[in-house]
Amino acid sequence: MALDDRKSDFTFIGTRPDRPDGLDKVTGRAKFGADAVAPGMLFGAIVRSPHAHARIVKIDTSKAEAMKGVKAVVTRADFATGLTGEFWNVQENVMAGDTALYDGHAVAAVAANSALDARDAAKLIEIEYEVLPHVTDVDKAMEADAPVIRDGTADGSVPEGMHPNVVRYHESGHGDVAAGFAAADLVIEDSFKTEATHQGYIEPHACLASLGADGKGELWCTTQGHWYAQKHCAALLGIETSQLRVTASEIGGGFGGKTTVFIEPVALALSRKANRPVKMVMSRSEVLRATGPTSSTSMDVKIGMTKDGTITAAEGVFRLQGGAFPGAPMEFTAMCAFAPYALENVRQVGYDVIANRPKQAAYRAPGSPMAAFAVESVIDLLCQQLDLDPVEVRLKNASKKGTKASYGPRFDDIGLVECLEAARDHPHYSAQLEQGQGRGISCGFWFNHGGETSVSLALSEDGTVQVSVGTPDIGGSRASMALMASETLGIPYENIRVTIADTATLGYNDVSHGSRVTYASGLATIKAAQAAIAEMCKRAAAKWGIPEDAVKWEDGCAVPSGPNAGDFEPLAMADITADMGATGGPISGHFEATPEGAGVSFGVHIVDAQVDPETGKTSIPRYTVIQDAGKAIHPAYVEGQFQGGAAQGIGWALNEEYVYGEDGRLQNAVFLDYRIPVASDLPMIDTVIVEVPNPGHPYGVRGVGETGIVPPLAAIANAVSRAAGVRMFELPMSPPRILAALKADG
Amino acid sequence: MVEVNLWSGLRSLTGGKQVVEVEASTVGEVLSGLVKAYPQLKGPIEAGVSVAVDGRIIASGLTEPVSPGSEVYLMQRLKGG
Repeated sequence: MALDDRKSDFTFIGTRPDRPDGLDKVTGRAKFGADAVAPGMLFGAIVRSPHAHARIVKIDTSKAEAMKGVKAVVTRADFATGLTGEFWNVQENVMAGDTALYDGHAVAAVAANSALDARDAAKLIEIEYEVLPHVTDVDKAMEADAPVIRDGTADGSVPEGMHPNVVRYHESGHGDVAAGFAAADLVIEDSFKTEATHQGYIEPHACLASLGADGKGELWCTTQGHWYAQKHCAALLGIETSQLRVTASEIGGGFGGKTTVFIEPVALALSRKANRPVKMVMSRSEVLRATGPTSSTSMDVKIGMTKDGTITAAEGVFRLQGGAFPGAPMEFTAMCAFAPYALENVRQVGYDVIANRPKQAAYRAPGSPMAAFAVESVIDLLCQQLDLDPVEVRLKNASKKGTKASYGPRFDDIGLVECLEAARDHPHYSAQLEQGQGRGISCGFWFNHGGETSVSLALSEDGTVQVSVGTPDIGGSRASMALMASETLGIPYENIRVTIADTATLGYNDVSHGSRVTYASGLATIKAAQAAIAEMCKRAAAKWGIPEDAVKWEDGCAVPSGPNAGDFEPLAMADITADMGATGGPISGHFEATPEGAGVSFGVHIVDAQVDPETGKTSIPRYTVIQDAGKAIHPAYVEGQFQGGAAQGIGWALNEEYVYGEDGRLQNAVFLDYRIPVASDLPMIDTVIVEVPNPGHPYGVRGVGETGIVPPLAAIANAVSRAAGVRMFELPMSPPRILAALKADG
Repeated sequence: MVEVNLWSGLRSLTGGKQVVEVEASTVGEVLSGLVKAYPQLKGPIEAGVSVAVDGRIIASGLTEPVSPGSEVYLMQRLKGG
């Protein structure tokens, strides 16, 4: 879409109306995953491996099946066979086959009349294991003597001689990095590690499933993608996709962690066996042990810089552990690492490493935050040693339109320079620091995504509008869809109701991920509204007896257009829809496509940290997020996304981590021990919305949901390192780790 | 002919070449042309790729047009959280 075609003068977009789901959520009327009930409903419970790695020798379900109230027990034998590729990997994660691959891996499940009965029956399932050697650390998993977890998993990309736990390899870049380093005045190379963190959504996974012997089923679940759930559940159960209708509940947070299935196929298998609906709700411990955290990482980054702050070369090696399955997002880590900078010489390498941990799942800009931590820390070290201003150095090297990205192609319109200028000019950046405080900044990058999208828009006789979208509302999309429909149709926001349709009532939709919803479903909503407008103009033309092209749409009305159109009173939407049944039938618009112009996204964060040298505790007194939104449809939601990314990033940087014991079992599988930030840990997070329109969207939208979590790890690490006077190379920067760094520094 | 830039990790599958030429007018023809010229690329391409055409990243649209002067990059498939 040409820039000149884009709308830039808005009436409704950019306003901050009340959220359409607000009343439901504050009054408890909203129905989340665990809120569904059905007559005759059973309750499911899962038996999980207590071992990090063990061969399943025997499963004896007889005692459980004999227990009063138990209606079904399932194991892997109750799922489809012959699956390959990602279907097989998902199935293997949902229910172990021959081998339990991590602590918490599902091995069997039971359905009973009550949740208590189901849990008691689960304890009666007897499983004989042969415990195998395990490994949970990414570096140790690559060592020559590491236990082989799933031999033969590696694809053809892995260089010869690597350990079988290295299952995929990525390498990209351009230029001559050796020559670039030779041209530098200072070259710094350091190594970094980050632990796995969980997405930390408050609502645990929950579902209600019903599957009959005829292969027809219903599934209600909390998910970021119910078409994904439909496709994968159908494959894992061996039924036809269209025979399973999936409805997405309200969602209490997802952040990428609900882009796959865990308990849903199990509940369906239990239902099929019991011939009754089955409800399953994960405990927090199950969520932490058996659903997707991020990868843990081990990274080496080397950057050369001249005295004036010009980066001459950059190189990074990124090793990501993604659990016992291939798919750690190491290629994104590699490709995002140096994207903020215009580099003539750059090389990035990624390794996907499997270990005895749960299958990693996406978490906001998967893979990118860890890369930023390593890269932006080295840039900060260079700035410190060359006595250069961190923002000016980043401005000097910033990617802009036409820059050849570190991952290959040239950038179109992007807003990194505008974000950095906003950071430089923000009062936060020049504010005086107090004793014991340090200030850090970081850039962040994410690709964003389009994806398959269907939207339907139906007009009611009173001139109000129903919009059906297929992307679960994980960040305020019902409000932004209504605003875009409102802007396009020229009618009030309040006249539009947006509903998340189920899989039986709308065409296919990709998952709500990749920051795609406001971009792609928004584009589809605009196109659907334009289709409805075209039909309304046609009805007005017929009524007036003039050609269709002599009618235009203006401020919510059909009006005559052009010198020969005639003189007619404008026809408002309600005038046209009132008798639409008699003028040609119901009016609706729809749009189905895979939009391919998502537009990449940059952000810059400024953070102040205060470190207590006695306890090692870090506090964050001030935080500012600056990010390019393209066009902020509902600015309050955009600011919320920025603040949410920063808040989660504070947790990731300072406290959150998966702690595994020597036995390979997760030691901190409750929120008391897995320390996510609470309100008292956070300052008011200031936000600045930069708007450099995305050429690929009619209103200039870029996704904003993910980029906000990319800079915090690095920005906070830079602030903490400057405050403590010692560089931090490993996350989280928990009090014990800071005290150890201070002690080692003397 | 369209010049296609590969990520450097694929050089081992193309006889050391990082830039290859294929006859193509769409993204789909770029991918089929790559597999035809270098059968070992079939695995990585079937595993999922995106194609950047003149800076626009196309995640899945095989019918998107490509012209001889286009700057084309093969990338690993994008997704998100």
